[in-house]
Amino acid sequence: MPKILEKRLIRHPDVFYYRIDAPLISRKAKPGQFVIIRLHEKGERIPLSLADINPDKGTISLIVMAVGKTTTEMSTFNANDEILDICGPLGQPTHIEKYGRVILVGGGFGVAPLYPIARSLKEAGNEVVVIMGARSKDLLIYENEMQQACDKVLITTDDGSKGTKGVVTTALKQELEQNGANMIMAVGPAIMMKYVSETTKSFGIKTFVSLNSIMIDGTGMCGGCRVSVGGKTRFACTDGPDFDGHLVDWDILINRQKTYLNEERESFEAWKKRHAFVICE
Amino acid sequence: MTENNSNKISLIKTPIPEQDPAKRRSNFEEVTLGYTPEMAMKEAERCLQCKKPLCVEGCLVHIPIPQFIKAIKQGDFKKAIDLIKTASFLPAVCGRVCPQEDQCEKYCTLGKKGEPVAIGRLERFAADYAMQSWNGAGIEISKPTGKKVAIVGSGPSGLTCAYDLARLGHKIIIFEALHEAGGVLMYGIPEFRLPKRIVSHEINLLKDMDVEIITNAVIGKLITIDEIMEQFDACFIGTGAGLPKFMGIEGENLNGVYSANEFLTRANLMRAYAFPEYDTPIKIGKRVAVIGGGNVAIDAVRTAIRLGAKEATIIYRRSEKEMPARKEEIHHAKEEGVIFELCTSPVKIIGEDGWVKAIECVRMDLCEADESGRRRPMPAKGSEFQLPVDIVIVAIGTGPNPLVPQSTSKLALNDCGYIIAGEETGQTSREGVFAGGDIVTGAATVILAMGAGKKAAKAIHEYLIHV
Repeated sequence: MPKILEKRLIRHPDVFYYRIDAPLISRKAKPGQFVIIRLHEKGERIPLSLADINPDKGTISLIVMAVGKTTTEMSTFNANDEILDICGPLGQPTHIEKYGRVILVGGGFGVAPLYPIARSLKEAGNEVVVIMGARSKDLLIYENEMQQACDKVLITTDDGSKGTKGVVTTALKQELEQNGANMIMAVGPAIMMKYVSETTKSFGIKTFVSLNSIMIDGTGMCGGCRVSVGGKTRFACTDGPDFDGHLVDWDILINRQKTYLNEERESFEAWKKRHAFVICE
Repeated sequence: MTENNSNKISLIKTPIPEQDPAKRRSNFEEVTLGYTPEMAMKEAERCLQCKKPLCVEGCLVHIPIPQFIKAIKQGDFKKAIDLIKTASFLPAVCGRVCPQEDQCEKYCTLGKKGEPVAIGRLERFAADYAMQSWNGAGIEISKPTGKKVAIVGSGPSGLTCAYDLARLGHKIIIFEALHEAGGVLMYGIPEFRLPKRIVSHEINLLKDMDVEIITNAVIGKLITIDEIMEQFDACFIGTGAGLPKFMGIEGENLNGVYSANEFLTRANLMRAYAFPEYDTPIKIGKRVAVIGGGNVAIDAVRTAIRLGAKEATIIYRRSEKEMPARKEEIHHAKEEGVIFELCTSPVKIIGEDGWVKAIECVRMDLCEADESGRRRPMPAKGSEFQLPVDIVIVAIGTGPNPLVPQSTSKLALNDCGYIIAGEETGQTSREGVFAGGDIVTGAATVILAMGAGKKAAKAIHEYLIHV
């Protein structure tokens, strides 16, 4: 079973960094891909983006925000604990080439999977700009890492506590008007990716998004992750997760993501009761 | 003597105890309970012990049927299972899910006058009986050959191929993409038709034979066939036809629309019927429509009933006669209250606030037979109607999973994306690489996949001893 080598709280109180011993996966994984994990025999399978890949050390890194039942349960796992199942690498890697000037837009903890993508794009000779947004400055993650990996970092916060006050699309529009870009990639909540895609459409710039639909197997078998792209049904797990943001039917994706809201709440409540779990303030 | 006996032979099969339909509608326990030793011995009496047993011809893995039935008749159940195991690795599975009516039992001499011998039930009896007392110790394994074979996929074809090759002394490593071995036997066929403990038992026998199973190994992603061939002497691909097909009709991406694969995987592999004890949720509809007429459609509709659906309907575009599902399963579904809307085809799925609300269907007229020999359905104009439903399950078939074909060099595929492989050998266009089961034939039966695994094992063995 894959062992957790390192765990760090990277945003108080609920975002954790895990470095996991997974030599075979690390050998093959590329930025933009993901793994599916299952914590224990009764666990569900959830997809998690790769936040870092180190083939020399045989490790992969995951960033987990304790938001639901499984992610909160995972936040109780510590270094030296083992995760029952890790399956991957899954999905197609992000297409890396020399585009010229690229803007990466990350919302919330979507910045984490953008980090290895930023580094690969930089290595491929691109000028890399990142726009990272959060509700407030305390919710920003990976700022230092991105400062190191990118040529320019723009920060937006809803409350103006850091960087420009407002949402990422305002900063994106401004940046595009002033300096332009050859490619844009957005990772974060579906609603953010939708508005990023709408913003970039009038500029006619190719925009990739990394879709986070509900999945079970991650190998194309269940079809639960299906999305409508350019009027065609595609599977996020095998055809994606990256798609052309201008072609994605966002309303279908956002609606499908809500399928199990009630069950997720029920499962989380039942788990908290069983474990007398209290989120530390 | 035979003459005398045949006069007394019952024309009907010894009945098999079943769970009462009213009761089983709300549990996932097995529907058919199996013969007791007395029932099995009584049924075995019916076998005529034909000199030229046509039943064996009808069996895709050529189980010595009259011989094992004779052993049951004599009460030597251990001998019966030993005889079966010379030909089949999964008798407890086949005894339950094989369409015997189209295979062994179809050719039974008794079937000409009345009901054939219940070969499937007897096979299941022998296997179940053995399971309580037998741990595979009787399996003879040849001395190690030093050859290594990779098996990709742990469904019926892969398991069978692994078993036959392991017995011949080859080192076998099975790669499975999911977290549990068994393939469709685990994720697809429901507990009430094939208890998972039975599949696990058979898989544990393989492990006892020193077969290694590596789960969470998605071949094509984690390791490619090209890399496997650098380290193994041969490889068998049995990855199945896992990619669900959708109809492309309006409303198919609404919440509440499942592929049968997703619905069954949630219920079977992920045990969603025990949510929230198990984490994986499943939507339980009040009214469920399942589109399709195969075994998978029937499995899905019966699962929906057990999950608590008040009304569960099969929508199938041809008549019952053309339904590919097993007669026995259709019969069980009817007993459990499944409604059949036959000669009916879905037109679109109607939603409200993003969720399924109804399905619009059209009645079909059956015209002259098409190339499949089944009558071609044509929509009857003006016959459209709406069925109020909250869950729709699409069970219209599957396509080949592209992960292995896409990532393997020099592997010839047909126009539909299935791997081209010799019918008798499973040999692909690439030396040392063999394939069988649904990834070659398209979605078919467990036994057909097992037959392919068996043929491939023979061909792989011949290949290995000549390399």
